[in-house]
Amino acid sequence: MFGLEMKTVYLLIPLSCLAGALIAGLLGWKIGRAASHTAAILGVAGAFVLSAFVVLPDVLAGHTYDGAVYTWGVSGGVPLEIGFLIDPLSALMMTVVTFVSLMVHIYTVGYMRDDPGYQRFFSYIALFTFSMLMLVMANNFLQLFFGWEAVGLMSYLLIGFWFTRASATHAQLKAFIVNRVGDFGFILGVAAVYLYFGTLDYTPVFAIAPQLAGKTAQIIPGVDWSVLTLVCILLFIGAMGKSAQVPLHVWLPDSMEGPTPISALIHAATMVTAGVFMVARMSPLYELSETALSVVLVIGAITALFMAFVGIVQNDIKRVVAYSTLSQLGYMMVALGASAYAAGIFHLMTHAFFKALLFLAAGSVIIALHHEQDMRKMGGLKDYMPWTFLTAWAGSLALVGIPPFAGFFSKDMIIEAVHASQLPGSGFAYVAVLSGVFVTALYTFRMLFMTFYGKPRMDEHARSHLKESPWVVTVPLVLLALPSVVIGFLTVEPLLFGGYFGAALKVLPGHDVLARLGQDYHGWGPFVAHGLQSAPFLLAVGGIGLAWLLYYRYPQLPEELSRKFRLPYTILVRKYGFDEFNDTVFAGGARRFGGLLWRIGDVKLIDGLAVNGTARVIGWVATVVRHVQSGYVYHYAFAMILGLFLLITVFLYR
Amino acid sequence: MLSQHLLSIATWLPILGGVAVLATGGDRNANLARRLGLGFAVAAFLATIPLYIGFDARTHEMQFGENYPWIEAFNIRYRLGIDGISLLLILLTSFSTVLVVISAWLVIQRKVAQYMAAFLIMEGLMIGVFSALDAILFYVFWEGMLVPMFLIIGLWGGPNRVYATIKFFLYTFLGSVLMLVAFIYLYYRSGGSFDILAWPAVKLGLTEQILIFLAFFAAFAVKVPMWPVHTWLPDAHVEAPTGGSVILAAIMLKMGAYGFLRFNLPILPDASHELAWFMITLSLIAVVYIGLVALVQEDMKKLIAYSSIAHMGFVTLGFFVFNAQGIEGGIAQMVSHGFISGALFLCVGVLYDRLHSRMIKDYGGVANTMPVFAAFMMLFAMANTGLPGTSGFVGEFLVILGAFQVNVWYAFLAATTLVFGAAYTLWMYKRVLFGAVANDHVAQLADATPREIAYLAALALAVLVMGLWPFPFLDVMHASVEHLLQQVSVSKL
Repeated sequence: MFGLEMKTVYLLIPLSCLAGALIAGLLGWKIGRAASHTAAILGVAGAFVLSAFVVLPDVLAGHTYDGAVYTWGVSGGVPLEIGFLIDPLSALMMTVVTFVSLMVHIYTVGYMRDDPGYQRFFSYIALFTFSMLMLVMANNFLQLFFGWEAVGLMSYLLIGFWFTRASATHAQLKAFIVNRVGDFGFILGVAAVYLYFGTLDYTPVFAIAPQLAGKTAQIIPGVDWSVLTLVCILLFIGAMGKSAQVPLHVWLPDSMEGPTPISALIHAATMVTAGVFMVARMSPLYELSETALSVVLVIGAITALFMAFVGIVQNDIKRVVAYSTLSQLGYMMVALGASAYAAGIFHLMTHAFFKALLFLAAGSVIIALHHEQDMRKMGGLKDYMPWTFLTAWAGSLALVGIPPFAGFFSKDMIIEAVHASQLPGSGFAYVAVLSGVFVTALYTFRMLFMTFYGKPRMDEHARSHLKESPWVVTVPLVLLALPSVVIGFLTVEPLLFGGYFGAALKVLPGHDVLARLGQDYHGWGPFVAHGLQSAPFLLAVGGIGLAWLLYYRYPQLPEELSRKFRLPYTILVRKYGFDEFNDTVFAGGARRFGGLLWRIGDVKLIDGLAVNGTARVIGWVATVVRHVQSGYVYHYAFAMILGLFLLITVFLYR
Repeated sequence: MLSQHLLSIATWLPILGGVAVLATGGDRNANLARRLGLGFAVAAFLATIPLYIGFDARTHEMQFGENYPWIEAFNIRYRLGIDGISLLLILLTSFSTVLVVISAWLVIQRKVAQYMAAFLIMEGLMIGVFSALDAILFYVFWEGMLVPMFLIIGLWGGPNRVYATIKFFLYTFLGSVLMLVAFIYLYYRSGGSFDILAWPAVKLGLTEQILIFLAFFAAFAVKVPMWPVHTWLPDAHVEAPTGGSVILAAIMLKMGAYGFLRFNLPILPDASHELAWFMITLSLIAVVYIGLVALVQEDMKKLIAYSSIAHMGFVTLGFFVFNAQGIEGGIAQMVSHGFISGALFLCVGVLYDRLHSRMIKDYGGVANTMPVFAAFMMLFAMANTGLPGTSGFVGEFLVILGAFQVNVWYAFLAATTLVFGAAYTLWMYKRVLFGAVANDHVAQLADATPREIAYLAALALAVLVMGLWPFPFLDVMHASVEHLLQQVSVSKL
């Protein structure tokens, strides 16, 4: 295209984002706001255009690429490289990431209009996009880890964007450290890959993997562990951090302290899906370890159901969406655990659109109410904000999975896939994802009813200033609402049954649940017709109905119910006590233990006893020896002669 | 003519420069002393650059060699030479000294000439340590370098400087004496040679090796410093002026690690293997124990000092897993730690010069008044946590790869630094720089001056270049490390 080699195009995609980030970040103070956001937006727009209209068609035509850009370093004769793997999986991710990022960039022009850190914000989100692209385009574990940590850094910086707020800086520190706990496992996984495969490049690793299927290692003496299970579980610990799976999920709700555009981009659509992407990318490894798949399945199922429950009791509109994100990430993990990688990535894509939409819609409401996020002070907004209202409906229906909205296809496929799976834990996972549908419908429509319906509950001043957001906000909403409606039925067939992913996702015949589903699949129309009679649909409608009863028809009921069911309500409000546990045991424990080591170990034992004790002993010896240093020359001469005599004796007799 | 004496020039130019600066006399000529000091520091840095350009990375042989008789009665020679291990440390030394001189420009107002001279002389002596190939010459440089350091802490240090210097002296002196004894023993066993390169060929029994190993350990472990002989370091840092802390952390700690590579591994291969468990245990204690201790520090300098000990634990861990990733990672970590710890001490210096406090609680919300400074310090804090793309990642990553090959649990314990390192560094950053403006002093802070930006930017560049493209750093050490691995793998028994 335009005489450009594809290799150049691949390089241009991340670099145009990086250029935007550098211009906005380093020159922003000089060139001003408009020039900064123009640079960042143009960079991301360029990346999107190249991804969607050059790379994606090229990949669809059957071209893939795997090559190094430069050699980062060499150690022990093994080159460690920065390089790209462009295949259907990375091309899809690149398109989704750059599209959502572009929408968020445009939206930010409106959302951050009055913020003094405007240029800094654009620089950060452009840099985030660069990092995320490097992550998904990587052809080796080193670069994957680079991207992995770089998006973590940007998440850290953006959660704490308003760094004067104590809650924001606490949340950013928490996010970084919890992610580091995941990365701790991840880097050990990378080290394990290096040890057992002798390389960090995907292609040879995937090629060698089947030969290692039977290999074991004794990590704890006497216990044989499959090497591949070890690798997969260590890597998955990283995914649990980044994709916020229980129990490393605690940072994600707090990340809502960041400005809403990044909640949409980073903490819903893209970064948090990195773990899902990673597991899918590693499908040739995970396929060889049923234990690891089961772990993914069960952790995902726990996250899917139990985080959804917490969503019901949140009053902060962003936190509802955040818990919804946690739950949906659980769904994606469940799909991966059931070896339905394509379904997981499919849900990742549909979720990216509708969840970004829901966040941005929530943000639109938040600016209209002058940064009020409590849903108890909202209500009745449908008459004031028609665009936000309509698009929020579209996003909600997609999230709940009402046919033919996008979420219906992806979620139904996951549920069906788990149903067909034979892995240990799939029974539990099936129950979890199925009942999760009901809970999802309940919290989603609770949010919709509390925000847009009923009587306005904000004060008169706020109500009188209510108006729809400017076009830079509503246009991205509409552009995200469109795929939230149509992307499902347009792409379900090629992605899941049409072999779009080809060799990018590997599934063993014994695990191939999607192939089994494919036998009963006869086009999206019949699929919708079938979906309308299935359990998930009935559960979704039931959830919506209950939300309607509780939050529209009888809005005083929830209050009474929460009083009646004190215990479960408290457990949910306390979010199962994870935060309290971590604060006391891990954060507090580390500080107490560190203090103990310092005061007892360093100060008392080493310094007090050993060092100063030695000094005292030396001082005592010195007072004794001092008598030798008499000042009389004949004493010294005598000592010298004595010494000389001794030395000569030693030399003569040795 | 000149090209054959590059190492002598690198060693003696700063020392002569230091003497010249001293000759400017009292503080009436302070400006002259500053300019002269900077001139010599830059010249000395430029003089080390040909060492990298002319370095042949394909061979492990010592390069730029110089060999002259010195004290012929004992066969002591003036012998210099460098390989891929010492090369980077020499460059790090000359680079750091330039930054220290710039950072002292206005901060030091008392005895300016002496201050500049002390650092220049120390630079020469440190380069001497890294290039000496005769054990006695090594010893002279090794002990000589302590003198300017004592003076720096003793003359320009904080209120508790006497205690700190005495502690420093007690620790290091004891170790150095044992090292000298080991040198003399090896002199006799080698048939009368102080040639460091000849010693690996000396046949030594296991008991002999272990005793010599422990004598060297006494000298080197104190310098690194390894747990439990580390407690002099936090005190020395707290009392030292900024420049002293920078050189102490960036270069002097590397001497101990360098000693292990130059003496213990090649000369005592069997003892190294025999005592590897011991070295690895101490290294891992440094990573975990010190990581936790760093978490509770209230004094920024102490926190960074403890962080240094934990990071140096990675270095010694890498050396004693005996594979290319471990040793190269350890050396990379030494270089990177030179940049990062130097940068962090300079950052604390920037704050200290304004508020005259190192205590975390006296700060808060500094990012509001010093945004440019905050951006730099964020980069260095992230580098300290080993973020990929910064130099801090390279060494940690390679050492973890190397340790995993030997024992999963070594790597497991080492990797805890990902969590601890992030916790203590970023928690400090949060309390000092984030939040609302904490008090009137913070409200009146002025952002970094062009001079401060200059040296912080130089370090930022170094941190980023090494993080994004460590190839040129790793490339020069391959042949030397391979040779070293070969030496340590051949038993003498």
